[in-house]
Order: sequence, then C-alpha cells, then structure tokens
Amino acid sequence: MLPRRAKIKEIINDNGRVKTFVLDCSIIAKPGQYVMVWLPGIDEKPISVSRADPLTLTVANRGPFTSRLFDLKVNDFMSFRGPFGNGFALRTVKNILLVGGGYGVAPLRFLAETALQKNIRPTMIMGAKTASDVILEEAFSELKVKTIIATDDGSKGVKGTCVDAAREAMEKEKFNAVYSCGPEKMMAALAHECAKHGVRCQLSLERYIKCGIGVCGQCCCDGLRVCHDGPVFDARVLKGVEDFGRLARGPSGASHAL
Amino acid sequence: MDVSTTIAGVSLRNPTVLAAGILGTSADLLCRVAKCGAGAVTSKSCSLEARDGHPNPTMLDWGEGLINAIGLSNPGVEEEVKELKKAVGKSGVPVFASVFGKSPEEFAEVAARVAEAKPALVELNVSCPNVSSDSRLGGKIFAFDAKLVAKITDAVKNRVSTPISVKLSPNTPDLKEIAQAAEDAGADAITACNSFGPGMVIDVETGKPILSNRVGGVSGPAVKPLAVKCVYDVCSVVEVPVIGTGGVTNGRDAVEMIMAGATAVGVGSAVYYRGISVFARIDAEIKVFMDSHGYESLADFRAIAQQ
Repeated sequence: MLPRRAKIKEIINDNGRVKTFVLDCSIIAKPGQYVMVWLPGIDEKPISVSRADPLTLTVANRGPFTSRLFDLKVNDFMSFRGPFGNGFALRTVKNILLVGGGYGVAPLRFLAETALQKNIRPTMIMGAKTASDVILEEAFSELKVKTIIATDDGSKGVKGTCVDAAREAMEKEKFNAVYSCGPEKMMAALAHECAKHGVRCQLSLERYIKCGIGVCGQCCCDGLRVCHDGPVFDARVLKGVEDFGRLARGPSGASHAL
Repeated sequence: MDVSTTIAGVSLRNPTVLAAGILGTSADLLCRVAKCGAGAVTSKSCSLEARDGHPNPTMLDWGEGLINAIGLSNPGVEEEVKELKKAVGKSGVPVFASVFGKSPEEFAEVAARVAEAKPALVELNVSCPNVSSDSRLGGKIFAFDAKLVAKITDAVKNRVSTPISVKLSPNTPDLKEIAQAAEDAGADAITACNSFGPGMVIDVETGKPILSNRVGGVSGPAVKPLAVKCVYDVCSVVEVPVIGTGGVTNGRDAVEMIMAGATAVGVGSAVYYRGISVFARIDAEIKVFMDSHGYESLADFRAIAQQ
C-alpha cells in the first residue's frame, strides 16, 4: 500500500504530551485499526485511528518521531499508509464497557462512536495518573457516553486504577463485552477481572511494528503477529501467551520487560 | 504420492521452506509456520552483535510485489541461539539457521555459535542487497565475488559440521560462476536467490523514496520469472541441491521451480499474499498437480526443463 498525503486541518492540545491531529481526508477503517504515519527522512510509526471521518489521530509525545510530529502546524501535510490490523470486533451486543489507560483512550473514542451507530450502549472508563493526564473527556461527553474517570492520585474522578473502576462497574452492572487499550500490565489485570466476571474481553496490544503486513515478524508476541493478527486480541487468545503483559521486542528483536 | 524431499541429507515432508527474513524472529513464530505446513523453516539472519536495522518504512507492497530494506535487524547470535534451541526442540520440522557476518572469519564465528543450537542446516546470507561487507573487503555484496563466496564457504566449513547452504544474489551476471565457486568450496546446498535489485519506489506526493534506506530488495510475484531463470542457471552448473526461492506463491510456482531443477522451494512474500497457511496450501496444490499429471514423486519432474 502506497502512502497517502493529507493536510492537517486542526490540532488539539489534549494535554501537555498528547495532541490530536484532524486531517482533511477520511479513510474506511474499523475501530482498533491503525495507520502508519510517515515523516520522510525521519521514521514511520503505527498510530491508532481515533476517528475515520475525518481521519483523526491522537498521538502521545514519547520519542524522537512523535516529537517531530508535534512540530507540525495546521496546513502542514502528513503522509500515512493504512489502515492496518484487525480492529475490535463489535458483536451483536447491547451493553459494553470500554477501558482506556493513558493514551489508550484514543482508539476507544472511535469504538464508542461506532458502537452508538449500531445502537450499542458503551460505558467508558478512563484511567490516568493524574487529572492533567486525562484526554478526550470532551469527545466522550459530546458523544453522551457515560464516562467514569479514575486517577491514581484521586485528583479527578475516583481514586484508583481503571481496573479498579472496571471491577466496580462489572459488579454493579452486567456488560456483554469489555474492550480495552492501554498499558499491557493493566490490560492483563483487566483480563483477569473479566474472566472472574465471565465477561468476554478484547485487548489492543502495542509492539514495535516494522512491516505492518504480517511478514517481517518483528512485532511478535510469542507466535502472534501484533501488526496483522492484532493489534486487537480476544483475551482467550492471549491466555497462555508468555510475552503478554511481560515482554516486548525492540527494533533488533531483543526482548525487554514491559 | 510422495512430495518429500532431501536437502543435504535433511529430510523434508514437503518441499516448502520458510525463507529467511520472513517471520523467523521468534521460536514461537517458527513453530507456527511449521504447524501451518512448512517442510522446513529458516530463522531470520543473525549476526555476531545485535542490529536495529533501518528505520521505517522498511517494507511495502508497491502493487506487483514487495520491496524491503529491513536492514538485517536481529538480536545478535547469543539471543538467537536461545530462540533456535527452542525452535529446534519444538517445531517438529527441520530448522535452518540463517547467518551473516562482515568477513569470512565472522561468518565462521556466527555459524559456529548457531551450530550449538543444532539446526538442521546453516544458511549463509552472503547476498542481502541492503547491507554491504566491511569496507576493507570493498564494501560490496559478498555474493558478487566468486572468490569471496568461496572464502566464506570454506571458512564456515572448517568450523562447523552442520550442512551449509549458500544463499546467492540474483543481481550479478556471474551467478553460475559464483554458484560453482560455492560448491567447489564445500557448500552442501545453494539457496537461489535473495531478493532482486535493489529497487526504489518513490512517493510522488512528496517526491521522496519511500523506504528509509531509499532502496530495497524486490520480491513477490513480480520477480518469479527472474528467479526461475536464476534457479535454472544455478542448477545447470552445480550438483548440490538447490532451494529455489523467489516469487513462489502457489503450487504451480513451486512446480516451476522444481522443473527448473530445485530440490526444495523457498516461500517468503507469499505469506503476505495468501497468509501463513500458504505452506499447507502450496503442499496441497503440488499434490493436485502431480495427481493430474501422473507424477509419483518430485524426482519425476525435477529439472525436466533442463533437458
């Protein structure tokens, strides 16, 4: 797939280290899929789709590539390829719980929007370290999605992790499915809670992605190709996957602890 | 009907071999490919030290094939040996270990280290189009120089008893002479060939080459006729078995390679075109072909195009 080029229509500062780029184009994508954003001469990285029409990307500044991306201004161009990966599967369900940790909230916005179009009722749990780290709160309130915010220090919403908040929500209400994106250790704990409550869950994983088309093997999590078999996996698929929640491979292929 | 084959004394249940550089990054992926029907699996090329490879973009589908410049990323031989040991123990099919170095001595060292994991065969990647040799060796691709290929082959043969296959480059007019040199130096098999080019794909919106390395090896359906010719040429001069590699996507392609003289068939980019199950599918398609043409074994039609 060759790159497309689009103009940046709007840039929203979500917080000190997260920005949302709205492009003047749309793509056909499923929530949970990603695009490879290319800055010629710099690098190309996977960014989850936070909205397909107009294509909207919410990006955390976490390295040399994203810091260059953050230098871009409105009316500058951005190249991308995609979408890639499988995306979340929205079953014929009625009531779903979305759990986003940190910038993992971004793809869940697209999922919430899509769920609403299918008359599925999403409840959103956003986890952040502190009040100033919370992102996309307004986007979810515009969608009129019931949102529970959990901060580690209690500076906003309930005090605790998003897993604590999810456990509480599942105890109060019956959800047909749980969808999550965020730090992998958090998702591993969430998968455990979901299993206890007998609720199916799908988790979106992050790995160092090179080819994006399931060929190079760089993003492997045990024998799973995160770029192509994923990035979204049913928790049952991840059961027994040794790398899940523990190890990820860097650019050389060497593993490091998560 | 028998589709089994033997490469340098290594028995394969069918002729499909996962080509180096595709999905060979972890033992679990190698085992998954084995489960998906591959006759043998090749690990991703490893070097003495870890390499990050090139920044992205490193691979893309340009329309008629793939182009890549991953840049031989690998965690280094020490980590690789651990993965290989696990793969050799669990995969249930022969595991080939691909290695490369910056000099004949380094090739021999890496080969000796991976041999500890007891792979069925060691493949010498002397031909990656994206990485050149040490500058004191001219900074060129080893596989363009018959003497250098012989020297590397000889150096490795002196260190390891595991059978070795030398993976050649199609991008030289001297392919036959180089294949002959590898065989004379003791190669037990030849892998023909690596990716083509290098080529370049330019993004017309920005006017920039898309690959960060600007150029990369071309593979996939587009290169198949070129690869078949390389295999034909190599098989016309060497006695050792040849792993015919390049653009094989289905059973008929595999049959073509075998008719050109190949003993086994490398499968790489086809994973993109037809998924990981491509190995079992090619295996089944070869059987369908043999059935409809009255062939009992691969030997019945191997190298018939040479006559």
